[in-house]
Amino acid sequence: MIFILLCALMALAPPSKVRAYDTPNDGGGSVTIEWQISPDDKELIGYQIYRSEDGEIYEKVGFIGPGRTRIEDETQDGPEYIYKVAAVQDTIRSYSDPSPPVMSRAHLVDRTKTNVFVSLLVFGAIILYFTYAARKGKEMFIRKIAGLQAVDDAVGRATEMGKPILYCPGIGYIEDIATIASLNILGEVAKKCAQYDTKLINPNRDPIVYTVAREIIKESYSSVGRPDSFDPDNVYYVTDSQFAYAAALDGVMIRERPATNFLVGWFRAESLILAETGASTGAIQIAGTDQVSQLPFFVTACDYTLIGEELYAASAYISKEPLLLGAIKGEDWGKFFIGIVLIIASIIGLLTTFPILGLFR
Amino acid sequence: MKRTFPLILVFVFGILGIIPFFVPHPVVQNADEFLRNEFLRILVAFALVLGLGSLLKVHIDKIKRKRENWQYSWILIISFLISAIIGLFGGVGGTGILPTTIGSFQFDIWTIYWNVVMPLGSTMFALLAFFMASAAYRAFRARSTEATLLLAAAFVVMLGVLPLGDRISPHLPSFAQWIMDVPNVAGQRGILFGVALGALATALKIILGIERSWLGGGRE
Repeated sequence: MIFILLCALMALAPPSKVRAYDTPNDGGGSVTIEWQISPDDKELIGYQIYRSEDGEIYEKVGFIGPGRTRIEDETQDGPEYIYKVAAVQDTIRSYSDPSPPVMSRAHLVDRTKTNVFVSLLVFGAIILYFTYAARKGKEMFIRKIAGLQAVDDAVGRATEMGKPILYCPGIGYIEDIATIASLNILGEVAKKCAQYDTKLINPNRDPIVYTVAREIIKESYSSVGRPDSFDPDNVYYVTDSQFAYAAALDGVMIRERPATNFLVGWFRAESLILAETGASTGAIQIAGTDQVSQLPFFVTACDYTLIGEELYAASAYISKEPLLLGAIKGEDWGKFFIGIVLIIASIIGLLTTFPILGLFR
Repeated sequence: MKRTFPLILVFVFGILGIIPFFVPHPVVQNADEFLRNEFLRILVAFALVLGLGSLLKVHIDKIKRKRENWQYSWILIISFLISAIIGLFGGVGGTGILPTTIGSFQFDIWTIYWNVVMPLGSTMFALLAFFMASAAYRAFRARSTEATLLLAAAFVVMLGVLPLGDRISPHLPSFAQWIMDVPNVAGQRGILFGVALGALATALKIILGIERSWLGGGRE
């Protein structure tokens, strides 16, 4: 009798209120198990999670440390599962009651991203509104961007000097938004080169970017009525290797001595190698990237640098296309709206943080 | 039609790119996976043939016309052909039909990569140290207020991370860290904020056909 009482006193209390449910907002194949910790939690080495399909034979599917109350289990969609959680202390196990049966399934919508979806709609609506206003003839003001104002001068300088222009779209792939923005700028630069009959050299690092760049330049030459001036040999693929590409571009800069270098797109460590080599040849350099870590190198070694969003606004700025300017206006209003939200959120945050203003908590 | 068809393609594939972000269902995710990996890989294979064709054409043309430094083009073409033959017939790690070992000398594609391509890349990367020194010299010439501020901030940060900084003042390392953590991060976040919205706006403009510079510009 005393032995039984001692055993009862020494027995571990199991975790309670075990609840298993289909993990929400996922693509299926997952069940979330939650429980209330054992009253003896501090003495445990952790919790073992057991799973059964028939309620009789359980298999161990997970282990988690003490103090934890939640775990996700990988499952197959379709069958129903029952879970038990065991408190573990050395070789002792104390099992909870089984959970109600649960079945995992794939969800159609991830509701945690509703805020992103709403923001996307609002932002898209603002852009569309200003594009529509621009189509109706509303004048749009856009602040001066020194780097883009210099494009005309840079092309003119190359024409006067009889030297080529080098356009490097970076080492990004076609799916990188900076590469896409760079290709948009390339179209406008190519038009100006075609108008002035200036040689445009465009070496590429990615084969898909190369094919797209070639078509863009070809179309730009055609759109200004100079298809005959397009030389396909000036647009070429070099290599997929980052530093071999940098070496090849350095070679072009040293041999061809371009009057202007455009270094616009997605860059990594080769940015400074390219920009410094270009600076040493005396070329005007217009750079642009959305890679924050590479911006200081460009700012240091180039004459003009398009910082972040200026890169995306560039094609609209150069082309002066009203619809594109309208979209930039919409972009600015979107930023203004988000800025206001951030300021309000910061004020609320401050009001609830200062002890003296704890009244607002 | 020449312009309409690409615009339709961009709209459809652009929307198909957005949907998987919001829909976790395996049908959508698998289709997205197929488009991004399998389909794109097939496109890359075709584009690579075009790219390599253009590379060879440019260098063959250079040799034919005896342009400046045309001799180097021979090196490129010969290296290209040798590595292509070894890669195609020698297999990775020398497991193909072409023997890639003569005595203890190995020349399979993996060996070539590790012993030629990698050291050459590392050499270019190493040059960065020298370029950084010359760029720093250019940046730190206190010619304007901004350059002076840059010089002062860099001086404090550099001094702060050195043992000497702690000897000068025990507060210097924490002040240097504050510069890195507060003004520096604030500036970076400002840029990233603009980048995120700019990227979203650019994507929307291209998907909706407002931005057409990639088509050579202009309207229908």
